[in-house]
Amino acid sequence: MIAPDHLGRSAPDHLGRSATSGIERIAEAFEAARAEGRRAALMPYMMGGFPDLECSREIALAYADAGADLVELGVPFSDPLADGPVIHAAGNVALRAGARVHDVLELARAIADRVPVVVMCYANPIYARGLERFLDMLAGGGASGLIVPDLPLEEAPAVLEACDRRGLALVPLVAPTTPEARLARIGERARGFLYTVALTGTTGERAGLAEGLDVVIARAKALTEVPVAVGFGIATPEQAAAAARAGADGVIVGSRLVRAAGEASDPAAAVRDLVLALGRALR
Amino acid sequence: MTAVEHRFGPYGGQYVPETLMPALDELERAWIDARDDPGYQAELDALLHDYVGRPSPLYHARRLSEAAGHPIYLKREDLNHTGAHKINNALGQALLAVRMGKRRIIAETGAGQHGVASATACALLGLECIVYMGTEDMRRQKPNVERMELLGARVEPVEAGARTLKEAVSAAIRDWVTNVDDTHYIIGSCVGPAPYPALVRDLQRVIGDEARAQVLERCGRLPQRVIACVGGGSNAIGTFTPFVADAEVELIGVEAAGEGLESGRHGAPLTAAGLPGVLHGAFSALMQDEEGQILEAHSISAGLDYPGSGPEHAWLRDSGRARYVAVTDVQALEAFVRTARLEGIIPALESAHAIAWTLSSATSELDLVCLSGRGDKDLAEAIAHLGSARAR
Repeated sequence: MIAPDHLGRSAPDHLGRSATSGIERIAEAFEAARAEGRRAALMPYMMGGFPDLECSREIALAYADAGADLVELGVPFSDPLADGPVIHAAGNVALRAGARVHDVLELARAIADRVPVVVMCYANPIYARGLERFLDMLAGGGASGLIVPDLPLEEAPAVLEACDRRGLALVPLVAPTTPEARLARIGERARGFLYTVALTGTTGERAGLAEGLDVVIARAKALTEVPVAVGFGIATPEQAAAAARAGADGVIVGSRLVRAAGEASDPAAAVRDLVLALGRALR
Repeated sequence: MTAVEHRFGPYGGQYVPETLMPALDELERAWIDARDDPGYQAELDALLHDYVGRPSPLYHARRLSEAAGHPIYLKREDLNHTGAHKINNALGQALLAVRMGKRRIIAETGAGQHGVASATACALLGLECIVYMGTEDMRRQKPNVERMELLGARVEPVEAGARTLKEAVSAAIRDWVTNVDDTHYIIGSCVGPAPYPALVRDLQRVIGDEARAQVLERCGRLPQRVIACVGGGSNAIGTFTPFVADAEVELIGVEAAGEGLESGRHGAPLTAAGLPGVLHGAFSALMQDEEGQILEAHSISAGLDYPGSGPEHAWLRDSGRARYVAVTDVQALEAFVRTARLEGIIPALESAHAIAWTLSSATSELDLVCLSGRGDKDLAEAIAHLGSARAR
């Protein structure tokens, strides 16, 4: 259940670079989940700096303790177009509490030796910092990959090339609206995993799983070599199990956990229990 | 068939969630198809003529000219049906939505003029219309909220952030991500992901096409300067475009300096010329902090209260073809009053920025100013500010 240490990963060197590349670490995490006979790898999302920086560090540790296979670490942004109200509001709280991009990327360091961290960041904070500098910081904190939700295929080449040079996985997204030929082009360029958006909409909890998710997943799996992870609208252990049954190699849970982190008196304990329950559902 | 521009120099692009990419492709194909289709053009032209009242007059503002010391001609977009240039774009895009089979329309609005234009086009064509509007703007532009509702649109209040135009655009984009299958987003300015900046420019260039012909006929010459206010920049790009090839004509975009550029409380990303970045799907001039977080804009005029700008404007600036300047809230209010007193025209506070600039910038030659909208919607806000100024 705990991210295995038997994969022969070496410790980060003085520049924070692992001898194993981020792309390899992500592949190993999916492989380990499969090898242990689990139905899908579990990837909880957290908003870096929410509700404040120290508390979000505890949340990251709680994710690792509770057996997350990978962790998706969100960088707060003022205008997050792909996010629903819970994550949007959490980002605003984090920014008001003073979260800076550098602090959030440093959070990765707290858990990166135990579990691969994939950073989720909108395009503008990356360009504002400068692509190369941003990726150096990302790699320096020990993160393994990057998701940019407003960087579609057409805008991605320079970022993909710069990530590849560092062994970082640039994880692309596909949506239910993505036509097949386009999905194939995205699938070909996917590193780490293919982030398959389960529904036509923004992030957030939904009452049920999107219809036809098995078709969406099957289509994605047929057109890429990397694992297919599913997110958006997956909140409960039942939904996570159903996504795995629908064929997902990985399951991403975000808003439910962010909401718990905002509501609970002990956020780390609350998210730990939720991640444990989600993990059980995937066994 | 020429393609639709995705980039203007380094600016523009399509920085949106993957979910929207097929819809942007569809829109681009529909636009290429429609703009070359005589049927679409004839339908749009007929509506612009009979329904909007185009061509809008070119008016020689004699008393303003006297006050300024140089001739000022106003392109009267305020006389369009619904009171602003926004209807040119809203009608064109609503017809396009019908061609695409999309019967649900969403729009954002700041000053309310684009919201009213969209609600009007939707009423005319029998389309469902939802308009996102920040609650601060709903307060400032109450008459326009009432007009939209009377026209059958639903106004969705947006509470996020500063509760103004930036958040309204974000809310509209999130709606589109969710309802993209049956919904067309009528964006109100030459901002957003491709093909929007080019599409909106093409629909607004009727302003400049008419104005250029009118000024040539009336004055037998081209203007020395063409002046328009810039929030996102749609009336400006529409006015400028036909003059871009006339090298001797100066193009001046007037942004909102708010409480002063040095105060940081402004809406002048092109003039302030900070680091460009990505907002609402396009790479362009914008207001951001060193972390890449988008800053809140400030302007007395809700339509200029936006931290971004159209990508083609950023390129016109960098290439040196257009110049961007900024006018404060106080200067705009002064021009608002002077235009009312001297010409019997109450301009929109947005357009008052362009008038303020021509009034204070000496030349001996001819200025053409786009009077992009009328100011009835601004009365309460302007009178409140003028009252407090008088009390001081």
